[in-house]
Amino acid sequence: MKLRDLTELAARNLREAVLRNSLTTLGIAVGVASLVAMLSLGVGLQELASTRLSRSGLFDAVFVTTQSNMRAFGGPSRPLAERSSTQPPRKLDDDARQQLAQIKNVVEVYPEVRFPTEVQFEGKPYMTTVAGIPASARADGAFDEMKGSFFSGPEANEAIVQIEFARDLSKQTDSLIGKELVLRYAEKQALPPDDVTPVAKHSAADDAPASGGFSLVPRELKLRIIGVVETEPATGFGGFGRGRLLIPLQIAQNLRIAQPTDMREMLRGNTGKPTYETLTVRVSSPKAVQTVEDTIKGMGFGTFSILDATKNMMLFFTVFDSLLLIFGSLALTVASLGIVNTLVMAILERRREIGILKALGAADRDVRRLFFVEAGAMGLLGGVLGVAMGWLIGRALTIGTNAYLKRQELPPIDISSIHWWMVALAIGVSFFVSLAAGMYPASRAARLNPVEALRYE
Amino acid sequence: MTGNSNGFAVRTERVSRQYAMGEALVHAVDDVSIAVKTGEFVALLGSSGSGKSTLLNLLAGLDRPTSGAIYAHEQNLAEMSSQELAHHRSHTVGMVFQAFNLLPRMTLEENVELPLRLAEVDRAARPARVREAVERVSLAARLSHRPSELSGGEQQRAALARALVNRPTILLADEPTGNLDSVTGDAIMHLLQEINRNLQMTVVMVTHDKVRAARYAHRIITMRDGKLVTEGASDEIA
Repeated sequence: MKLRDLTELAARNLREAVLRNSLTTLGIAVGVASLVAMLSLGVGLQELASTRLSRSGLFDAVFVTTQSNMRAFGGPSRPLAERSSTQPPRKLDDDARQQLAQIKNVVEVYPEVRFPTEVQFEGKPYMTTVAGIPASARADGAFDEMKGSFFSGPEANEAIVQIEFARDLSKQTDSLIGKELVLRYAEKQALPPDDVTPVAKHSAADDAPASGGFSLVPRELKLRIIGVVETEPATGFGGFGRGRLLIPLQIAQNLRIAQPTDMREMLRGNTGKPTYETLTVRVSSPKAVQTVEDTIKGMGFGTFSILDATKNMMLFFTVFDSLLLIFGSLALTVASLGIVNTLVMAILERRREIGILKALGAADRDVRRLFFVEAGAMGLLGGVLGVAMGWLIGRALTIGTNAYLKRQELPPIDISSIHWWMVALAIGVSFFVSLAAGMYPASRAARLNPVEALRYE
Repeated sequence: MTGNSNGFAVRTERVSRQYAMGEALVHAVDDVSIAVKTGEFVALLGSSGSGKSTLLNLLAGLDRPTSGAIYAHEQNLAEMSSQELAHHRSHTVGMVFQAFNLLPRMTLEENVELPLRLAEVDRAARPARVREAVERVSLAARLSHRPSELSGGEQQRAALARALVNRPTILLADEPTGNLDSVTGDAIMHLLQEINRNLQMTVVMVTHDKVRAARYAHRIITMRDGKLVTEGASDEIA
């Protein structure tokens, strides 16, 4: 029998026992819905976590520091005997920055500029921490829900205020936008070699090339407040640095602020070239982080990325998704038993009909396929209905969660996520599980003796 | 697989069919050899349990013999696969039953079309074939009716149309008048006779009605306890 005829006969048979077949299909739909809801919940939570983390700028970043700084941060410390006196630790200077920028898949390399300083606002002094923010940070999730706007340009004299500092400045934080504040800071100015103290001269003479010291000059810079941000953007090594007043990175660098490392570098006679405490290397994709990190380590620098944490998170979500999938599949397994039951009942009811079909020329294969098509149709319809129900359950969970979050004054989130692959998978699984469930009844119907079937009343 | 059956539409060679019923072995058909010529109208006569319906089922390819051979147009059904037997039932024979065996959920048209679906006849050709079959049994006006809306005689005529729609060469009828009153039964017998004469279709009919068998069949084969008892022209047996 041709597929079209089989389908028409199967549809007719399904319509005849509409209540029982509808209930069976509904059972499959519930099974698929639980599968889809569980899966969408798992995937949604995973996406939520990874999106939040990746938008924080931590997932596609490698934080670079010198080997000596790495040990200070708790990195592996080598015994003194192992350290080669002929190979001093590599400096993190502009040469190194350029080298880092040339590594494949590196998008940008920028230093961490963060310093404590005084801010004058409406005649009152406030102590705070200023952090330089690169233009690429605009894409970070941290600025998604900010009030006001991001920096208009990389060298704009503008500032974004973190909410806690904004509350220090004014009770009406929204009113800060558009107002001016004055940044008071100490600029580092290089001294000519002649002005260097005898001690410094002696040190410089020992460590060629000789370089000078520096003096600190008080400066002021007017900045216009253009935004207030509630989150704390990652601005430093490992993303743990806090900045209460955010300014464009280029502006921060141009200020030539004296850094804690300057004193150490001056004593080492390295004041000729600027060196960095840390550099942040932004990578094109989180997948490339490991390769870039290995390359940088090979260059003699210490590195840190959140990759290991990501791996653990992915492992957790894989286990979590698997558990959800197992629980969701249980419902579908129960539903598939419903198909077996329905079709076995159908064989009993349609025993004589099967006999007639065989007497009229239906082969065993035709009867088997007829039952298969009926099982497949219930599976397909149940799958489609189940996906729709699963989507509704996901939406209901999201709405419920967001209602709770709203009461807690937290921003809304989407905890369930349905992708096309999930829809295809759910309908496909439903279809094939139904076919598998239909195997036994179909084979039993095909094996019916037509003579006995025709005698059946 | 080929037998010496020139001029015979169907014949059996020492065919037997045994059933196990508990520990007892029932010889439903026991060493029966018959031959039905092409275009012949043969009545299988016998009381209940004589084995006539079992023999008819063997000729239809609905059942397989325990031993012996059954030839339909020189093809041994005993050696056929289940797929080949299905093809035999679909293309070579048409069957009518005492209980009509129409599918109650289908209309007359759909019932008659069913063998065409099973034989994978082109969809475009089906309406004409259905109309031809129902016109032959004078039911063209009842195409959209369900079996429950038809009388017993109409239902049997519908079953005849369904049996004829694939243009088989052999018509097998199992007690076709068993559920009908005498007038309607005679009408069905007339129809069978007409089909036999006009279409040169071989008819093998199972019946326990000796009078009708004598009136309409060319030849009567009598069975008792699974064995062939008598065989001869209907006027001789009668």
